[in-house]
Amino acid sequence: MTPEETYGVLLFQSVSYAIKAEKILLAAGLPHKLIPVPRHISSDCGVCLRFPSGLEERILRALEGQVEIDAVHPLK
Amino acid sequence: MTPDILYFDNAATSCPKPPETLRAMRRFMEAGGGSPGRSGHRLSIAAARVIFAAREALAGLFGVDDPLRIVLTKNATEALNIAAAGLLPGDHVITSGMEHNSVMRPLRALEAAGVALTVVSCSAAGELDPDDVRAAIRTETKAIFLTHASNVTGTIMPVAEVGRIARDHGILFCVDAAQTAGALPIDVGPMGIDLLAFTGHKSLFGPQGTGGLYIREGLEEGIAPLMRGGTGSRSEFEEQPAFMPDRYESGTPNTVGIAGLAAGAGFVAEKGVDAIRRREEALTEQFLAGLRDLDGVTVYGPKAASRQMPVVSFRIVGLDPAEAALKLDERFGILSRPGLHCAPAAHRTIGTAPTGTLRFSFGYFNTEAEIRTAVEAVGRLRAR
Ligand SMILES: Cc1ncc(COP(=O)(O)O)c(C=O)c1O
Repeated sequence: MTPEETYGVLLFQSVSYAIKAEKILLAAGLPHKLIPVPRHISSDCGVCLRFPSGLEERILRALEGQVEIDAVHPLK
Repeated sequence: MTPDILYFDNAATSCPKPPETLRAMRRFMEAGGGSPGRSGHRLSIAAARVIFAAREALAGLFGVDDPLRIVLTKNATEALNIAAAGLLPGDHVITSGMEHNSVMRPLRALEAAGVALTVVSCSAAGELDPDDVRAAIRTETKAIFLTHASNVTGTIMPVAEVGRIARDHGILFCVDAAQTAGALPIDVGPMGIDLLAFTGHKSLFGPQGTGGLYIREGLEEGIAPLMRGGTGSRSEFEEQPAFMPDRYESGTPNTVGIAGLAAGAGFVAEKGVDAIRRREEALTEQFLAGLRDLDGVTVYGPKAASRQMPVVSFRIVGLDPAEAALKLDERFGILSRPGLHCAPAAHRTIGTAPTGTLRFSFGYFNTEAEIRTAVEAVGRLRAR
C-alpha cells in the first residue's frame, strides 16, 4: 500500500523566474514539473512549479536567495 | 550566401551567420514555435526556456550575474530609447561627437523637451579624451551616453576610463555596444557600465530583430517602459509589472529570432571573444597596410588595428563614395556601404560630412584572401 502522492506548487512573479527555478532544481536533482497555474489558485495565465509535498523543505532551501517565490500552495 | 560576393558590410549586419544560428531557428519553428510562458503547455514552456537560455548566454558574455537583468528588445535602437527614457526635463546628459543617430536622435528629442545636452568633441580620428568628459560634468548631470566604438571609423572609445569618471561622480553610464558586443571584451562591472545596449544581428550573430539592454539592479525604478501590455505575468492586474525584465517586455516576443540570438551568442562564447578580436584585428591590419601602399586613397580614423574595430572608412580621391560602392558591387561583387552611416555627427567630427565615406567592415568569417582582393579592387578603381 503506497500512500497517494500529494503535491505542492510554487508561484512566481513571472515565467522567467519559473525557468530559473527549474534550472536550479534540475541541477540539484530535485523532481519537479512546470505546469499551468491551476485556476483555483490564481487567475494568472502563467506557469507554476509542481513538486512532491515531501520535498518542500529541500526545494525551498535550494531556491533560497536565488529565485524570488511569490507563494507556496498545496495542490488538491 | 552566394559564393561570388565579398561581404564587407558587417558593421551594418553580419553575414553569413554561423550554421548554429540557422539551425536553432529552424529547430524552434519545426518543434512548434510556442508563445513563451503564456499558456503553460509544453511548447509554451519550451519557448520560455529558449528565451531564458538567450538571457543566460548574453549575461555570460557581458559579465552580468543575473540573466534577468537582460531585457530583450528588437535592436540596439529600442534599447537606447529605453535607456534615454530615464532622462527627465532638468537633467543634463553628456554624449560624444561620434554617436550613431540611435543615440543622437533620442537625446536631441529630449533636449527639445528640456533635458540639457552636451556633445563632447572628439579628434579628427574620432578619439575621445576622457578629461573632456570630466570637464563637461555639472551638478545636474544625470548620465553619460557613449558608443563603445564608432560605426564610421571603428574608433574604440575609452569606456573603462569614462566609466570610472561616471562612477566617481555618481552619474549613470550608458554604453552603445552595437559595434562591439561579441567582438570586443565587455565586462559591465569593471567597466562601470550601468546600462548596456546591444544589437543581436551584428557580432552576436543573431538574426535581425533582436537586441537587448542590460540594466543594473535598482535602476529600473527610474526608467519608464516605452510600451506597456501583456507580459504573461501578473495578469490579474491592469498595471504594468515593475519587475525585470517584464517591465520592458510587453507583447509576444520574437522567440524564433531570440532562439537564433542564443545560438549566435553561444557561438561567440565557444570561439571566445578574445580569439574573435585577434582574428578581426589581423584582417583590419592587413587591409590598413594594403591601403597605406595606395596613392590616391584617404583613410579616416585611428588607422591602427589595435585601436579600432574591423571598420575602415576611406575615400578614393576623385571618386564619389556612392559611385565607388556601386562600381565595387558591379565589377567585383564587393558589398560595402557609402555615405553617412546614420552618424552625421561622426562624419562632421572627422570632416567628411555631408558626402561621407566608403566603409568596409569585416567580420569573423572574412579571409586573408578576401582582404587581398579588397585591396586590389580599391587599387584598380583608383587607377584610371
Ligand atoms: C554604433 C551603433 N549604434 C547603434 C546602432 C543601431 O543598431 P540597430 O539598427 O540594430 O538598432 C548601430 C547600427 O546600426 C550602430 O552602428
